[in-house]
This record gives sequence, structure tokens and C-alpha cells, in this order.
Amino acid sequence: MTTEPPTPMLSVEALSKTIDGQHILRGIDLQVAPGQTLVIIGRSGSGKSVLLKHLIGLMTPTSGKVLIEGRQIVGLTERQLLPIRKTVGMMFQGCALFDAMSVEENVAFPLREAGERDPKVIRSKVAEALDVVDLTGHEQKLPVNLSGGMKKRVALARVVITRPHCVLYDEPTAGLDPVVSDSINHLIRRLQKRFGVTSIVVTHDMKCAAYVADKVAFLHEGAIYFYGDFADLMASEDTLIQDFIQGRSGDSD
Amino acid sequence: MLLLRFLGSTALSLFAYLGALMFLMLETLRSVVTTPIRWRLALQQVLEVGFRSQLVVIVTGGFTGAVFAAQTYFQFHRLSMETAVGAVVAVSMFRELGPVLTGLMVAGRVGAAMSAEIGTMKVTEQIDALRSMGVHPVDYLVVPRAIAMMISMPILVAECVGIGILVGQFVAVKLLGVSGVWYVNYMLKFTALRDLQMALTKGFVFGILIVFVACNEGLRAKEGAVGVGQATTDAVVNGSLFILIVNFFLTMILNIFFPAG
Repeated sequence: MTTEPPTPMLSVEALSKTIDGQHILRGIDLQVAPGQTLVIIGRSGSGKSVLLKHLIGLMTPTSGKVLIEGRQIVGLTERQLLPIRKTVGMMFQGCALFDAMSVEENVAFPLREAGERDPKVIRSKVAEALDVVDLTGHEQKLPVNLSGGMKKRVALARVVITRPHCVLYDEPTAGLDPVVSDSINHLIRRLQKRFGVTSIVVTHDMKCAAYVADKVAFLHEGAIYFYGDFADLMASEDTLIQDFIQGRSGDSD
Repeated sequence: MLLLRFLGSTALSLFAYLGALMFLMLETLRSVVTTPIRWRLALQQVLEVGFRSQLVVIVTGGFTGAVFAAQTYFQFHRLSMETAVGAVVAVSMFRELGPVLTGLMVAGRVGAAMSAEIGTMKVTEQIDALRSMGVHPVDYLVVPRAIAMMISMPILVAECVGIGILVGQFVAVKLLGVSGVWYVNYMLKFTALRDLQMALTKGFVFGILIVFVACNEGLRAKEGAVGVGQATTDAVVNGSLFILIVNFFLTMILNIFFPAG
């Protein structure tokens, strides 16, 4: 007797996107198992962020399918997508914190929107989420008064407070110093271990990829150029991959 | 040929624009019917757009009433009809000047602020963040603002008209020496409830125009600071133009229901 493989948390079939005649994504196929961390790497403009936005229906593909926990989301209306999105959290590159709200209000936002009204419950859950990201004591600050690393942590707390099954990270370490980047990497790992969340991390930071990845997909010109383990990526003798890993542009002075 | 193409593309983009506005209005209507309204946000917006716009609207109404009374007096005085100034000022303030000027001022003050705020949220991915958390931007951003404008605009128009008439009376009676009793007598004789109804209806419609033009511009803002700037400019210019154009048709239609005395 054979057992059915578990439904992938997220899967993408033949996903293509064309914007103004430009092919941004060309037939992407990907599957992410529950609890797995997939890192999508690639140069700027390779279509990483666009791919990520397709995964929760923030963008509509030209053709192809996106399935969240086995449910096809392409073709659904914005209102039909809303409940599905609640199972998937997204951390944006610029954090996208609501700048008129304090840290506490930002983190509490998804809870309130989910219908939680009891101030005691909200306060304790916010405290718990801020504790996960080591940011206790900054509840009343406004986003303008936070450093880049703190903003990322608040954004992360806002994502995890509703316990999504899957978290998408868009360049989580971009623009941060190496020490803060490292702490964010640890956080991503911690969330995965503690809550078993499936994670998809878009980055061009190789340190981040090395630390958090179960699987790596290398995106090049809108297509998947390499998919496999991180060690295999490092061991690859392909010049394109090695140029990316070593940070070689091929230009001369 | 070139002219034809120009006219064609202009007409097309106008239709596309009107279509986008209609679509936003329908989505708002659907939201009001199907999802709970965020009254706290609506109230906050009433404070923001209504309460804080009063000074601008009062100054506009006051000085318009003053200058209109003075100009009418200068003309009517030659015909010895200066007691009719009050009637002219009141009817004009109610039926045209009050609603239109309030609309234009609010389009400038509130329309710009709304489109800039929503546009900034768009370009900093805050709108995408809302969507990613399962919140429809129309439910959260547009519905409370639309409700606030529908409540605030008629009140602001009433304030503008009231102040305009009072200041006009002050200028005519106290400064220019028109007989106060006759001034008020003629004013009351030629104005009626229908004029107030027209003013409030126009205010209500202009409020709807301003809020949907502004929210539409904000939600469609293109990347970067330039995009937000453009959205803000378009919100004010398009909002003002819409008010002036719609005002003509509104006058013609409303005159059937509330005919001028």
C-alpha cells in the first residue's frame, strides 16, 4: 500500500507574467512542502519579488496556476482571496508598517481585523509576538522612530501574531548591517522551528540563504535556473551560478 | 487625421477614467452592503475632513457673501433697487455659490490630503500589506472616507451659505446703508425651503465626487514621490472640474424638483 504524498503548502505550475510586452516570469514550476523553507535567490530584476507577489494573489499571472494548500487561487476575485490570504503572511521589503499607528497598534492590526475585541487578549498576544522578535518595551513608538532592523522585527511580529501556516519574506535582510541581518536570519529559523511555518524567502544575501534554506531556487531571467540543496548550489560548476555566489560582474576597469 | 486620433484617444482615456470611478463606487456600495462598516474610522474622518475644514469654508463663504452683496448693491443702487440685494445674495448663495465654492475648497483641502495619503500608502506597499492581511482596501480606506464626506459636505455647505448671507447683510445694511427691514423682508420673500434643499443636495453630490476622485487617484498612484505628486494634482484638478461640470447638469435637473421662486 502506498501513502499519498502530503499536499504541498504552496505550489506553482507554469506561471508566466508579461508586463508591457516584457516577460518577467517564464513558466515557473515550484512546490514547497509544509514546514519547509525555500529560498529564492537571483539578481535584481530576475523576477523574485514579482514571483512572491503572485503567491498570495497580490498580482495576477498572464498564465499558469498558483495553489495554496491545494486550492487554486488564480482567477479568484479580490474578495474571494481575502480569507485565503489570512493563512499566508507576508513581510514586505520596505516593511510596509502603517506609519500613523504605533508599534503596538501595527502588531495588533491583523488581530483586530480578525474580529478580536477583548483588549486583554490583544495586549497579551501583542506582548507575546513582540517577545518572539525580541522587541518588548517599544510598544508605544511610531515607525518613524525605529531603526531599519527594528522595523523588520515589527513587520515580522505583525505577520506571526495570527499564526499563519506560511510566511513569505521579501528581502528580509536588505539594507541591514551584518549583525542585524544575522539576528533576522535567526528569527526566520526560530519561527520555522517553533511554529512549524512554511517559509519562502526571496533574497540576494547568500549568508541569509546559507542559514535558513532547506531548498534553494536560483531564478534567472524569469525562469528557474537551479533548484536543489544549498550545498549542491555551492558545489555547482556553472559559471552563472558561481558568478552570482562570488559576486562577480564580469566587468573590467 | 492626427486631430481625429487625438480626439479618439482622449475620449477613450476619459471613458476608461469614468469606468474606473464607476467601478470604485460599485465596489464601495458592495462593501457597505456586505461587510461591517468601520464606524470608528468614519468618525475619525468626519473630524479630519469635516470639522477641520470649517475655517476654510467659513472664510470662503463670508468673503464671497461680502463681495457679492457689495457688487450687487453698486449695480442695484443706480436703479434704486438696493433693498433687493438680500434676496439676490441669499438665492445665489443657496443655489450656486455656497455649494460650488465649498466643493472647490474641500476638493483642494481634503481631496489633496486623501489622495496623497492613500497614494503614499500605495507606493510604500501599505496597501499591499492590507491586502496580504486579508483586508480589502476599499473596506478599510474608501468606505469610511465616503461616509465621512456624505455627512460633512452638506453641513459645510450650510455653514458656508449661512455665513455668506449674514456677512452680506452686514455689508449691505451696516456699511452701505440699505434699510435692514426691507433687506430681510425681500430676502425671506424670495427664499424658501427648496433653496436649502438644493444647497444640501448639491453638497452631498459634490462630496461623493470629491471622495471618489481622490481615492481613485490615490489607489492608482504610480511608483515614487512623482507618482504621489501627480495623483494629488489630478485629484484636485479633476475633482474641481467634475464639480463645475456636474454642477450645471445638477442645476438643470434639481430645478425641476426645487424650482427657483
